[in-house]
Amino acid sequence: MSVVVRTVARLLLAPVAIFGAYVVMHGHLTPGGGFQGGAVIASAIALVVVAFGAQRLRKQKKTLSVLEDVGATAFAVLAFLGIGVTFFYNALAGTGGLFGQTVPIGPNPGALNTGGLLPLMNWAVGLKVLAGLGSMVLLLGLLGGDDDR
Amino acid sequence: MSFAMHVPILAIAAPLLGAFSLPLMAKVHHRLRDLWAIIVGAFTVAMIVTLAVQVFGGGIQVYTLGAEAPDATLGPEGFPIRITLVADAMGAFMALISALLGGAALVYALGFAQDGKGKTLSMSLLLLLWAGMLGLKLTGDLFNFFVFLEITTVAACGLIAYRVWESRPPEAAFKTLVMFILGGLMVLLAVALLYGEYGALNMAYLSNQIGGGLIDRMALGLLVGGLLMKAGAVPMHMWAPDAYGEADANTAIVLVANTQAGLYGLLRMLFTLYGGAATPEVGWLITSLGALTVLVTVLMAVVQHRLGRLVAYGAVSQIGYMLLAAGVALVTVGARPEFGQLALQGSVFHMINDAACIGLLFLCVGAVHRATGTGDLRSLGGLAHTERWTSGFFLLGALALAGIPPLNGFASKLMIYQSVFMLSPILAALAVLASILLLAVFVRAFQGAFLGPRQNVVSKPPSPAMLIGMGVLAAVVIAFGLFPDVMVRHVVAPAAEALWTGRDAYMAAVLGG
Repeated sequence: MSVVVRTVARLLLAPVAIFGAYVVMHGHLTPGGGFQGGAVIASAIALVVVAFGAQRLRKQKKTLSVLEDVGATAFAVLAFLGIGVTFFYNALAGTGGLFGQTVPIGPNPGALNTGGLLPLMNWAVGLKVLAGLGSMVLLLGLLGGDDDR
Repeated sequence: MSFAMHVPILAIAAPLLGAFSLPLMAKVHHRLRDLWAIIVGAFTVAMIVTLAVQVFGGGIQVYTLGAEAPDATLGPEGFPIRITLVADAMGAFMALISALLGGAALVYALGFAQDGKGKTLSMSLLLLLWAGMLGLKLTGDLFNFFVFLEITTVAACGLIAYRVWESRPPEAAFKTLVMFILGGLMVLLAVALLYGEYGALNMAYLSNQIGGGLIDRMALGLLVGGLLMKAGAVPMHMWAPDAYGEADANTAIVLVANTQAGLYGLLRMLFTLYGGAATPEVGWLITSLGALTVLVTVLMAVVQHRLGRLVAYGAVSQIGYMLLAAGVALVTVGARPEFGQLALQGSVFHMINDAACIGLLFLCVGAVHRATGTGDLRSLGGLAHTERWTSGFFLLGALALAGIPPLNGFASKLMIYQSVFMLSPILAALAVLASILLLAVFVRAFQGAFLGPRQNVVSKPPSPAMLIGMGVLAAVVIAFGLFPDVMVRHVVAPAAEALWTGRDAYMAAVLGG
């Protein structure tokens, strides 16, 4: 791609990824969540594939596939954490520790350490989606060839 | 007690976790992956058997996800808002079928699939499909039912398509994908209609509310259409022979279980969800589609010359028998005569018998493929000289499928013939005719592939894991054939009863009172 595209992509890469991470991390407080945030981060991968060519990321294919498995496995394991009561029971909510705080009432900037297992599950889903969508985009790029860079 | 209460979810969650963690294990070492697959498979089978023992012994078992206690199905306002699992006798029976086929397929895959040719992928997807089927069979929530339907769709199409180095599997997978997605969307639309009308997704709650109005009947039509696509009944059957015929042997038998899960969904919707509102016309529709399926697919099987496709058409025809008998039960469900109950028992019993003998046949086809590298009846021959076990198992499966006593196919087919005859002698005669044709087809297949002079081909014998997989199914074929009355009295009759009259008990288990 042209130097304009590559420069803009370089500038945008970090904000896009950070915004995606923000959506994932605030999944239990604001609209959005693991799936949406993961998709935003995957769009950063799409940006790299479009601007610099899929060959740049060829080596990351394996990493993405491992991350995808880790995300899915982590989600299932988190669901298992509540099995003392019921499957999917929010075992961390209201316990007072990290992530176990109660949500403050009234206008507030957003307390991230609330929600029990929900933020952790959002992270797991975010990882799964960013790796899954990312590797799909990457594979399409690799299969299609990118000789027009 | 606390562990026993968690059994329904453990049966679904174990293969799900196994499916996602299997590729990670494979990254470490392929032996660790095989060991992990065996552990997960054995645990799942153990959970399903425990669940079946609990349900057949102690009645319906409910499980509420994320609640304060597993049996707290109702929220604070007395409304079932969480996802519930409801394991009644029919659900537990279907779970047993998936345990039989899933377990046999996993063991067979250990010896059949090859490293470097997608073994990790196929075993991982197999576990995912297993988890999806179990969820479909045990869930008590209509939207959750759709979600699991989609999980089975994705896993099944992945399993068919993964051998991309051959040209046919991706094409078969595409056909299957189109039909499954279309069926899934019809189910989703039905779920949306019912949710819009009643504001609830819990099947027991909906069952209590459904009165048979226009929207209810539209939703019923969409559900029946969508699930018949999944089950492969005749006008929508074109994906099934391709999928079964092109997939690996271990994939094909899980696809059979998946097809039966679609059929189970249909029966669950008709008898439990619409138990009060289903009319005899729906029963006649199912009956005629069943008769059509039996006849058309058997006639198609006659002209096949590839072993895999031939067995595949046989597999679809058996779905026809189940539909035929289930339709008879639906036609008569208002009057509840003796033969309607017998028809339903025959239909339910035929599911597990078909699972065993069709499963055995597909595994034999896989062994023939592995031994000779081809499945074409015109170039095969004389395999009985070298492949003794495979030819014995194939003969056993073929005779059982055609309904020769004392094998298991005879036991359930007799129940189907008797009950269908009471409703319509012509349909019964058609069913018998199709069965005779099926016998002819399989005699030809056996003669073509296994009998005749020895041929000069390099033959590769089946591995021990494959023989174990086939042996388990063969044992079931013989055992259910010799003692059908034990099976019917203790397992099949309660399962059929759960559909026939168990609707009130199903609602009471979830809604209380």
